[in-house]
Amino acid sequence: MEVLDQGIGKLFTDPDPDHAREFFRKKSRKLSNKLMSLQKAVETLVHDGEYLAIGGFGANRAPIAACHEIVRQGKKNMGFAGHTSTHDFQILCAGEVFNRCDIAYIIGLEARGLSPNARKYMESGKVEVTEWTNYSLAARLKAAAMGVPYVPTRNVMGTDTFKYSAGKIVECPFTGQKLMLQPALYPDISVIHVHESDIFGNCHIRGITIADLELARASKKLIITCEKLIPNEEIRRDPSSTVIPFYLVDAVCEIPYGAYPGTMVYEYFSDEEHLKEWISVEKDPEKFKEFLKRNIYDCKDQAEYIEMHGGIIKMNELRMKEFLLHKEVDNA
Amino acid sequence: MPNYNTMEMMVTAAARELEDGATTAVGTGAPCAAAMLAMKTKAPNLVIMFEAGGVSPILPEMPISVGDSRTTYKAIMASGMCEIMETCCRGFVDYVFLGGAQIDMYGNLNATRLGGGDHQKPKTRLPGSGGANDLASFCWRTMVITPQDKRRFVEKVDFITTPGWLQGGDSREKSGLPKGTGPYKIITNMGAMDFEPKSKRMRVISVNPGYSFKDIQDNCGFELLKADKIVNTEPPSDEELRILREEVDPYRYIIGR
Repeated sequence: MEVLDQGIGKLFTDPDPDHAREFFRKKSRKLSNKLMSLQKAVETLVHDGEYLAIGGFGANRAPIAACHEIVRQGKKNMGFAGHTSTHDFQILCAGEVFNRCDIAYIIGLEARGLSPNARKYMESGKVEVTEWTNYSLAARLKAAAMGVPYVPTRNVMGTDTFKYSAGKIVECPFTGQKLMLQPALYPDISVIHVHESDIFGNCHIRGITIADLELARASKKLIITCEKLIPNEEIRRDPSSTVIPFYLVDAVCEIPYGAYPGTMVYEYFSDEEHLKEWISVEKDPEKFKEFLKRNIYDCKDQAEYIEMHGGIIKMNELRMKEFLLHKEVDNA
Repeated sequence: MPNYNTMEMMVTAAARELEDGATTAVGTGAPCAAAMLAMKTKAPNLVIMFEAGGVSPILPEMPISVGDSRTTYKAIMASGMCEIMETCCRGFVDYVFLGGAQIDMYGNLNATRLGGGDHQKPKTRLPGSGGANDLASFCWRTMVITPQDKRRFVEKVDFITTPGWLQGGDSREKSGLPKGTGPYKIITNMGAMDFEPKSKRMRVISVNPGYSFKDIQDNCGFELLKADKIVNTEPPSDEELRILREEVDPYRYIIGR
């Protein structure tokens, strides 16, 4: 297959499936208890310089507690998959955790506006970037999950997004059409927040899965944070609901409200006031420093963070909002 | 004085483009308001899809994110990103609505950076493609909703994030993007444009009440073509306005902008 064109962006990860196979060959398949504190999981599994990916969709079912812990532990010089990343990106930029980034969507929080600090960080020249799209990164994870070096897609061609990507364009040997090849992306370490997991890492996710099924399978190491632990019997009673099997997982951490201040579908809605506060406090570097100290560096864990922001009463309000009952409560 | 604002006009004009039974990919903001209005007026069977995985929800209120709980409220399916994008790539999705910081005469969109220079140290960094490039590559018709403004409608975008007709003519098809796809209509607060079939240059097809072709041209950074017949856009009806204000966007998130 002749390469017709290629992007000038850097490929930050190794797309070779044989190298990945060697890694997966040595990964334990034992049905063992993987329960640990989030602090320990991040200490032992997330290392400076590695390539990190975060599950969910920015402020939806994203492992926010884990993002805080990564910043709290001062992890540095990581690579990052800027895939559908919003509030998670904002937190990791606050800690200047990464110095290279595959970009699909960054610095924004969708309808909420842009993060001033994340923008500043990405304009500082401290981060090396390669451009992609949401589907390109999902397809790259899919290629890795398939155990192949790339998958062909029909997007991106003809644009500057292609020019600054690390993709290649080839002619299809069957049809003669042009195709973009998306190189497999095997993150060193990923974190995914789920509704339920057993102690071995068998997971249930409710609602949309975004690219998490591909991400779980593409990742060399995987930390699961869950809203609640369930017994293995529940997994075995309903195996069709298992979306991530235990052998992909290295650590299981039970973190109730682990996606706060983001949304956890069927559990709680996002805390829009607190997300607004993040964006507005970033405009003043001194205030932002103090804000980070209080909310992340001096904060022990997610439980303390939740307490700081209204505790169980606030969480109940967000649960009402998730189920669209807040208006009824207001009326009553 | 008209009894509606320009955002209400823009959302109404966009909603009227969606026919019953069509499929459309939408993001948050004005596109979502347009899809909701269409579903409550002429297109009750419109199938809306969100790139994060939501398929055909009955939206109870405006989502804040294309992945939040509202995007699967009473939905047909809660799937994932590959499912949605690949459904688009298979040719199942008729429309996508997009915005962007800059647009050129071929409908190419920039959402990556403003200013030239070093890409590794951009003057003004923007979020990037997200799913916009993918949806504009795959969906049959790309619609853009954006205010008419010289700083947005520029001769040359600083970065082609999302493909329009690329360099015009047959350059889009030659690039390898799926055949028969491309920008369809641009809807602004002053009127609507489509693309001249051969050159693929933007051309004015309708003007909104209170505006003229000259107003649109004066607020555009490149020369616009003129359709043989430029029609006057029907203003929003009382019923459209009522639904928009009471049911679609009661908190005026979009129409209050």
